[in-house]
Amino acid sequence: MKLVTAIIKPFKLDEVREALSGIGVQGITVTEVKGFGRQKGHTELYRGAEYVVDFLPKVKIEAAVSDELVERVIEAIESGARTGKIGDGKIFVYDLEQVVRIRTGETGGEAL
Amino acid sequence: MKKLFATLALGLSLGLGILGTASVASAQTAPAAVSAPAAEAKADAAAPAAAPAAAAPAAATEAAPAPVPNKADTGWMMLSTILVILMVVPGLALFYGGLVRSKNMLSVLMQVVVTFSLITVLWFIYGYSLAFTEGNAFIGGFDRLFMKGIWDNVAGTFANAATFSKGVVIPEISFAAFQATFAGITCALIVGAFAERIKFSAVLAFMVLWFTFSYLPVAHMVWFWMGPDAYASKEVVDEMTSKAGLLWQWGALDFAGGTVVHINAAVAGLVGAFMVGKRVGYGRESMAPHSLTLTMVGASLLWVGWFGFNAGSALEANGFAALAFINTLVATAAAVLAWCVGEALMRGKASMLGAASGAVAGLVAVTPAAGNVGIGGALIIGFIGGFVCLWGVNGLKKLLGADDSLDVFGVHGVGGIVGALLTGVFNSPALGGPSAVGDWVTVAMVTPDAYSIAAQVWIQAKAVMLTVVWSGVVSLVAYKIVDLTIGLRVTEEEEREGLDISSHGESAYHG
Repeated sequence: MKLVTAIIKPFKLDEVREALSGIGVQGITVTEVKGFGRQKGHTELYRGAEYVVDFLPKVKIEAAVSDELVERVIEAIESGARTGKIGDGKIFVYDLEQVVRIRTGETGGEAL
Repeated sequence: MKKLFATLALGLSLGLGILGTASVASAQTAPAAVSAPAAEAKADAAAPAAAPAAAAPAAATEAAPAPVPNKADTGWMMLSTILVILMVVPGLALFYGGLVRSKNMLSVLMQVVVTFSLITVLWFIYGYSLAFTEGNAFIGGFDRLFMKGIWDNVAGTFANAATFSKGVVIPEISFAAFQATFAGITCALIVGAFAERIKFSAVLAFMVLWFTFSYLPVAHMVWFWMGPDAYASKEVVDEMTSKAGLLWQWGALDFAGGTVVHINAAVAGLVGAFMVGKRVGYGRESMAPHSLTLTMVGASLLWVGWFGFNAGSALEANGFAALAFINTLVATAAAVLAWCVGEALMRGKASMLGAASGAVAGLVAVTPAAGNVGIGGALIIGFIGGFVCLWGVNGLKKLLGADDSLDVFGVHGVGGIVGALLTGVFNSPALGGPSAVGDWVTVAMVTPDAYSIAAQVWIQAKAVMLTVVWSGVVSLVAYKIVDLTIGLRVTEEEEREGLDISSHGESAYHG
């Protein structure tokens, strides 16, 4: 089992969710986050005062998936989130030790 | 809360306590005014638009029936008063509120609304009397203390106030209420300069002092005169003119308060920005406005309310009110465009804050000019006002080096000065202006041949300088007194936490 975490542009969230549903991912967790990568921030000017905004709003999605599905999940996120411009984000994949479905007590692959 | 009541009580008693010495003290605080050459007072340069005096039944027309207020004039004055209140609450409060950080939102709203209320109360106790009754060239007297004699409750008769037309009056009560809102908005404007770090009690204490020793004398000097009916014959001209305020005697033109309201408040703001000091983290941390949406709402309400401010200053529902009305429309629109063009040229983008600031800049610049210039003149004043105020909040602000949080001086000071000077230019009949009244006995205007733009601009410049010096000196002393008694600033921890929580115990936004 793997945990796939991706940081994407906020307006790409719907496309990524559709792509993941299309390959059978049952659920994802979404968090609004801020950060910077190579895109860096931008400057804002209010009358004479200039402020550098370092952290840009991004969306973090997390999906726990089976080992067989992980490659397709990565492809789905890539295709859904890509604009080709700087700031499209990153995907991180971790090994996942255990999953428990709280309602039934199922564990492991059953709980995904 | 106890502290607040104590401050209010202190303020009120302070205001009342100084009544007895007001005229003496104000004369002392204005060396510039005292040394001004009285010989330059010219009756024939009198403004058609300076605000009038209290009831001035002409002695020479005793036989004629007393004039009765016109209902349309009276209605227009009350509507205008409501519009000026709309400018302050919610207009100015939201305009300023949107510009601060969210942790200080309520503190700014509070400072604006409570200042306005405090000044309104003081106005009806002694302010109106000192500004708009006969006294000397610098300050009025006590004839209307506590609104005494403004109406006879037993007989059911009302005193009348003069307008700018012979034989036309309005109920003095409506004039007093209209002018109360002017005093209130002027003091509330100052709040923007020291926003986000001043003690609430310090704001109120300062306002009492500044209102009494700067607003009231300047309003009296610019706007008090005996009214057109007092100029019954050639023989009384000199006597009547000598009873008017100093700047009115000079012939300064200020239709709706470029000097009295904007320059006066802006100088108090600038001095405050220096005296209170910079905000913690100024220039290092982001102090970006928390809601330009609310700032836009506030600016829009200011624009709408300003029609009462400017067109209402005609004191009648007549052609000059209509002229002031259309000029308030056209100059503001021109200034919005000017600011946006300037920003686009400077940094490639026109901003919402720029458009809102441009609107206010145009409104400020056209205030002294409103009923004193033609429509083309107002258009040019708006354009120039927009560009120059853009410089006021950029280049000039860096030059001055003060943390004038919301650019009170950059917009109201710079715009007010530009408007006051250009009023002297575009008032000229040769440039489409209505000219000034040359003779109040016959109400004849100065002819195009006789009109000197240079002379009028010089009079305007002197009026500006006097206002700057007067307000500057009074402000300096007032801030110092407040600093030594209750202190101007909140502590650094309170400032970091935000004044909403630390000064008022509440938050503007949750979640």
